[in-house]
Amino acid sequence: MAEKQKKLLEVKHLKQYFNVGKSDEVKAVDDVSCDIYEGETFGLVGESGSGKTTTGRSIIHLYKPTAGQIIFDGQDVNQFKNKAEILAFRREMQMIFQDPYASLNPRMKIKDIVAEGIDIHHLAKDSAQRNKMVEDLLELVGLNRDHSSRYPHEFSGGQRQRIGIARALAVQPKFIIADEPISALDVSIQAQVVNLLKDLQRDQGLTYLFIAHDLSMVKYISDRIGVMHYGKLLEVGPSDEIYAHPLHDYTASLISAVPVPDPEYERNRKQIAYDSSVEVDHPENPRKLHEVVPGRFVRCTDEELPMYQERAAKFTK
Amino acid sequence: MAERILDVKNLKINFHTYAGDVKAIRDVSFHLNKGETLAIVGESGSGKSVTTKSLMGLLANNAEVIGGSIMYHDEDILKKSEKQMQNIRGKEIAMIFQDPMTSLDPTMKIGQQIAEPLMKHKKVEKKKAWAQALDILKLVGISNAEERIKDYPHQFSGGQRQRIVIAIALVCYPEILIADEPTTALDVTIQAQILQLMKELQAKIETSIIFITHDLGVVAGMADRVAVMYAGQIVEYGTVDEIFYNPQHPYTWGLLNSMPTLTSTKLEAIPGTPPDLLDPPKGDPFAARNPYAMKIDVEQQPPFFKVSETHYAATWLLHPDAPKVTPPEEIVRRHQLFAKMTHQSV
Repeated sequence: MAEKQKKLLEVKHLKQYFNVGKSDEVKAVDDVSCDIYEGETFGLVGESGSGKTTTGRSIIHLYKPTAGQIIFDGQDVNQFKNKAEILAFRREMQMIFQDPYASLNPRMKIKDIVAEGIDIHHLAKDSAQRNKMVEDLLELVGLNRDHSSRYPHEFSGGQRQRIGIARALAVQPKFIIADEPISALDVSIQAQVVNLLKDLQRDQGLTYLFIAHDLSMVKYISDRIGVMHYGKLLEVGPSDEIYAHPLHDYTASLISAVPVPDPEYERNRKQIAYDSSVEVDHPENPRKLHEVVPGRFVRCTDEELPMYQERAAKFTK
Repeated sequence: MAERILDVKNLKINFHTYAGDVKAIRDVSFHLNKGETLAIVGESGSGKSVTTKSLMGLLANNAEVIGGSIMYHDEDILKKSEKQMQNIRGKEIAMIFQDPMTSLDPTMKIGQQIAEPLMKHKKVEKKKAWAQALDILKLVGISNAEERIKDYPHQFSGGQRQRIVIAIALVCYPEILIADEPTTALDVTIQAQILQLMKELQAKIETSIIFITHDLGVVAGMADRVAVMYAGQIVEYGTVDEIFYNPQHPYTWGLLNSMPTLTSTKLEAIPGTPPDLLDPPKGDPFAARNPYAMKIDVEQQPPFFKVSETHYAATWLLHPDAPKVTPPEEIVRRHQLFAKMTHQSV
């Protein structure tokens, strides 16, 4: 089914290095390739330092990639010729940030925060229309219309995250990058925000890149998942299949570490240890993403591929 | 019967603010048995951290204990002077904080930080204290401990730092260890290691643990008993199986229902937000967000109803005259599991 869908975003061999050429060079993102289809939620999981946030930031062009291509809706993000093209791109792709306390300017009123995109892109004819757009957006994300002239400090964490979502939606984007949008929120509020994101996707046909370290939440919201480790994308596939039958050992280890709210399960938990030294690549025999079975990719060498195919065959039986 | 090492009775704490008195802890009672792990679960602002800070005598200046007692070895902690508390803190009751980055002194070698409580509380001389520090550093799993004992906090990773914090907390073999969200700042794989370490050390040095967290998954793996807090009160407590498989309070239902398990396909969020404790509601504090709320819930606070010898819940739904309600699907599933489990053991 995925094959028939339109590719909205193609990431091709993205490399994002910092301090290039210095002794403390960091390969934050190292040869990551993935496609995101229109209307889906692609979850990117990994531990801190795995490069998932950097990948998101490179995609939205907050960094200039060291190498590789990011093609959004048929257009190379790094080849924009003028400001107008960048502006047009920014309208299509928006971001929701992790910390709802740091991502809203405390000196701005909610209506000015939400309307910033509207102003930049001249989407409102006059202030009456601007106000109406803002109030409609607040209502859309489950806030009170009258809240538009308040300041951020008057809102709780969950409400602030809703404001962040309203701001992202103000320019009617196609694609939203949500970088750990619920990590800073309480459990009962997390579910509210996730359900809001799901509803908005259904009603507005949005495409999400959902970055998080909470694997159970990522599984719940995502159609497909990519697992990152040390800047490399190790495994990609449909979220249900990855969780039920991880192919890569690292994925299996990561899933086995997720605490489950079920004491019986916890008593019988067997955590799978993972030795990351096996990941070291040999230059003469590089690993790359191979499609093991349709729709499921694992980063491996040509020699390792049959082993993963065998693993995958076991599950499909 | 298990020996009670700590007994908190009717604790009430207010915070004085410009806007008025915030009633942060509203009549909280619980106890801790020797050798067990008690988890206190709740959202931010529910009062779980304030409760444990009062156990340590670490309340902020604008906090006032307006009632209740905390009995530890037949003495009320609340009546102790700051000087007396200094002898208990770190020696008999120790604490691990959420953020390992900020709970270590960046300018002190970690060996010094681990040895300090020994030198202060047990009057161990410096050399011996460092030797003991080295032992515990090995115990918490820092590799190459002989070399690393002279390192500074910034030379360690987050998980290692939390191991060092645990070493400091445990070096005097405290009777009670309070762990306030000790793994929230860590990655899942590191979290699993730290939790495993805490379990092993608990068995080794026979300490009792109060574990504060909002993560029900962690609770399921760590706790013997669980207390669920909401709006400055405990609304339900029981053994870990009773809370996870036979929950009775609608707030506990809501919490379990809003957490994705690895198999769940639908999340039910709890609507709304917790009440403002400047002016707490008259009846059941959860009534405004509770789809099962009855008229009496907004009028009168529910008392604790007994579910079993170890399991109590403060909800009017347990009153004999209350109408029978059908809990959410996920909770029904858990109740069925519980019925099966208890049936097997009889």
